[in-house]
Amino acid sequence: MQSGEIKKIWELLDTIPDPEIPVISVVELGVIRDIKFVNNKYKISITPTYSGCPAVKTFQDDIKICLTKNKITNFEIVLTYFPAWTTEWMSEKAKNKLLKYGISPPSDVIICPQCKSTSTTMVSEFGATACKSFHKCNDCLEPFEYFKCI
Amino acid sequence: MSLIKYILRIADSSLIEGQRLSEWCSKGPTLEEDIAMSNIALDLFGQANGFLEYASKIDKKKSPDDFAFKRDEGDFYNLKISEQPNGHFGTTMVKLFFSSTYRYLLYEELSSSNDETISALSLKSIKEVKYHLKHSKSWIIRLGDGTKESNNKVQQSLNTLWEFTGEYFEEDSIDLEMKKNGIGLTKSLENKWKDIVIDTLNKAKLEVPKSTYMQTGGKQGLHTEYLGKILTEMQSIPRKYPDAKW
Repeated sequence: MQSGEIKKIWELLDTIPDPEIPVISVVELGVIRDIKFVNNKYKISITPTYSGCPAVKTFQDDIKICLTKNKITNFEIVLTYFPAWTTEWMSEKAKNKLLKYGISPPSDVIICPQCKSTSTTMVSEFGATACKSFHKCNDCLEPFEYFKCI
Repeated sequence: MSLIKYILRIADSSLIEGQRLSEWCSKGPTLEEDIAMSNIALDLFGQANGFLEYASKIDKKKSPDDFAFKRDEGDFYNLKISEQPNGHFGTTMVKLFFSSTYRYLLYEELSSSNDETISALSLKSIKEVKYHLKHSKSWIIRLGDGTKESNNKVQQSLNTLWEFTGEYFEEDSIDLEMKKNGIGLTKSLENKWKDIVIDTLNKAKLEVPKSTYMQTGGKQGLHTEYLGKILTEMQSIPRKYPDAKW
């Protein structure tokens, strides 16, 4: 019964988009670490991508709204810092979605999302959000963002 | 009690340095740099928040916000360098370079702390600090090895800020207690810090300042005239509207 419910919660959370990059879900991003049934409550552990990521508060609110809407009220959200979030937790599916969306996914090789060239130059180590840096393609000259490996 | 103070020292240095750095927001020399400094400030706030959350787990009467917004100057334990004025862009980069080098080494050591929370927060923070260090270091080299004017200006910033670097390596009774329990630093970071700094200054064609006079007191709550002004601004809303909610 509870394991079925836990599976349902995972599926529900997979419908919540990342507030900054709406093409991937919070599950695909890898910030939902664990869901357990403890003392009659579903304990949902989440971890921030970056410690100062303003999206963390939005994640929490979105999870609350989504579960309450689906009549699940006995849950608590716990913020964990260990193990620290890493881009390795991002699924391949999510990485492909990022590339399609126009953000070069975390990888050893930086690919221009426009023309797929691997000849690129970094413009700035810091992009519009903490998790991204700013680059330029040497072939098509288009600027683009890259999701930093951490 | 000692543990709380130890945690607050780490949190306060990040919080105050973040607050200072955020003054550049919308005033950066280029758009990219404006974004970079704001992002670094945000990382520092996030790191401070993690440590303040931990402090509030120990002292259950206070929330992380209480620690940030309801303490006075003398109850802040940040290092004095974090409250120093931004000056020009070069001065800000020197400050960031000194502190990021320190913070990188600090979190590297504290990653293996006996205290699970301190270790987890350090492992998390070091990933972000790595970028801060890389960024500030590259600016020191660009400015030092740039024009005569940029070299002169950064050299002056180095000379002025040098006296604030002694605080990184001070050990008082709290540090010793944390060291004994395997919670805090087990060895001094001074040699490693100097290796990175001297190597970078050599690459940047800058001179290592010779002065040996060092400031002290921040960790005990004794500050320069600047902290009060930072707090006045940072705490103004929670003080005007106590317990206001978003």
